[in-house]
Amino acid sequence: MTATPEKPLTRDMRPDGLPLDLLAYEQAGGYQAIRKVLQGGMTPQAVISEVKDSNLRGRGGAGFSTGMKWSFVPFGKDAPNPTYLVVNADEMEPGTFKDRLLMERNPHQLIEGAIVAGFAIEADVAYIFLRGEYTLAAERISRAIAEAYERHYLGKDILGSGYSLELHLHLSGGRYICGEETGLLNALEGKRANPRSKPPFPPVVGLFGKPTVVNNVETLCCVPHIINNGAAWFGGLGRTKDGGTKLYGASGKVKRPGLWELPMGTTVREILEEYAGGMRDGVKFRGLLPGGVSTPFIVEEHLDTPMDFTSMPKVGSRMGTGTMIVLDDHTCPVGMTWNLMRFFGRESCGFCTPCWSGLGWAERILQSMEEGRGTPGDLEKLAFQTKMWAPGNTFCALAPGAADPLGTALKYFRGEFERHISEHRCPWR
Amino acid sequence: MLTTEEITEIEAEAGHYPKREAVCIDALKIVQRRRGWVSDESLRDIAAHLGMSPTDLDSVATFYNLIFRRPVGRHVIMVCDSVSCWIMGQERIRKHLNERLGIEFGRTTSDGRFTLLPIVCLGCCDHAPAMMVDADLHSDLNPQKIDTQLEKYK
Repeated sequence: MTATPEKPLTRDMRPDGLPLDLLAYEQAGGYQAIRKVLQGGMTPQAVISEVKDSNLRGRGGAGFSTGMKWSFVPFGKDAPNPTYLVVNADEMEPGTFKDRLLMERNPHQLIEGAIVAGFAIEADVAYIFLRGEYTLAAERISRAIAEAYERHYLGKDILGSGYSLELHLHLSGGRYICGEETGLLNALEGKRANPRSKPPFPPVVGLFGKPTVVNNVETLCCVPHIINNGAAWFGGLGRTKDGGTKLYGASGKVKRPGLWELPMGTTVREILEEYAGGMRDGVKFRGLLPGGVSTPFIVEEHLDTPMDFTSMPKVGSRMGTGTMIVLDDHTCPVGMTWNLMRFFGRESCGFCTPCWSGLGWAERILQSMEEGRGTPGDLEKLAFQTKMWAPGNTFCALAPGAADPLGTALKYFRGEFERHISEHRCPWR
Repeated sequence: MLTTEEITEIEAEAGHYPKREAVCIDALKIVQRRRGWVSDESLRDIAAHLGMSPTDLDSVATFYNLIFRRPVGRHVIMVCDSVSCWIMGQERIRKHLNERLGIEFGRTTSDGRFTLLPIVCLGCCDHAPAMMVDADLHSDLNPQKIDTQLEKYK
């Protein structure tokens, strides 16, 4: 073994679970990145190139280059203003619990990341869009924002640099689709969170029609460390070219469910077996959703794949949020798929036909199979639905995201689906 | 009629947005925090205060999980029914709550003490099953633990 891998995102967190206050964050080296940027003469372009060079990819699940996204914002005298930065803290992807840790335990790290990002895109106003159920995070972020204003890290003329940024916390009314970035923008405007047709993309036409960058919590938490230590250092933290560290997690019937900050590209097997401790006694591994319910199932033969944005598609899946949901042999794969489709159906905004019509249809078919009323032909109907939900048929990725676990469940657990139909019952009940 | 305190709180939030109607979700939540839910009358008052039509505001209010357009009990129990909790025995938890409280999802106990609702993943998957009661998260649930925890909410 080489030296202990670095864990910039979680290293300073207190073992007692309390958040780092401003002083503790500063003592741990916090708010040095904004000094380097605002007082060290870095230009917004220099910040963007540093982040681009670090190959930081969006940790909300899509994996888009953060520096690239920032560079799409129009600059210069003729650019529309104001420009907005929105922190997507609407962590509602089932099985995902990583951003909650970052916000509850080190809220200033997120705020510093937001200030650096805000400077890079010349934002005037930033919002943290937080799901309403995260009450502890809300309390801790509010306090941290107040502390940051008091120290002139936020507000007018930050640290005498001439750069000003207002940061507000918005608590969501609660709906999964708010996590979709254009749905989120509509929610922030006080509307129903129906996703918007794209293009135009938010960096050009976003919140209130103005240029807007939407970044995930974990993404922004990486930013101060990239500024402090450089793009090459960040890239070197990962085992694969995706770079950096990643908060990986596991839930389901594993021995030690939890979260771990590990080098990007750690294999699925290492996360599952070494960190999560493997399966609980008495149950066997069947498959897993790598990063939330919108990612395709993988099975035993895929476990040695590096968990990153580049490698997971090679085995027909995606890293998503990096927090895996593990299916065991005592849990019915059809029942699990029904649970997923019920979730997607309930949380769909109800705008596009494949979504509002198809998800409910799939949900009812799966329910009937679970209740012993499945009929031959059901599997073909489900497969047909996954085709209807393909990208391009809907405004957003909700229905395509539902097609991924359903399509792969039909592929890897086909025998179990067929048994439900032929035996007229759920064999697990 | 909105109270002075409600108006003050709404106006403080309204200052964060360039358009007045953007504060409507905050306004609904501010009123709900004081009154428990958003009645038709409250809805009309908020709409009038923000210069919106009641219909537009209701289309927003009914979209969001955490805004209640019907009366709820003194305490709202929201049980996670997403996949990790489901794998870890959420159905058992739900049945226990149904039996103990004598109500299904979407209902309020006859003494007005609890309303029972399902909710999307609470981000507590490593300590599943989980639920919230009002603003408090409860994790690693089992029937005994639920019984003890619910005693705190009168």
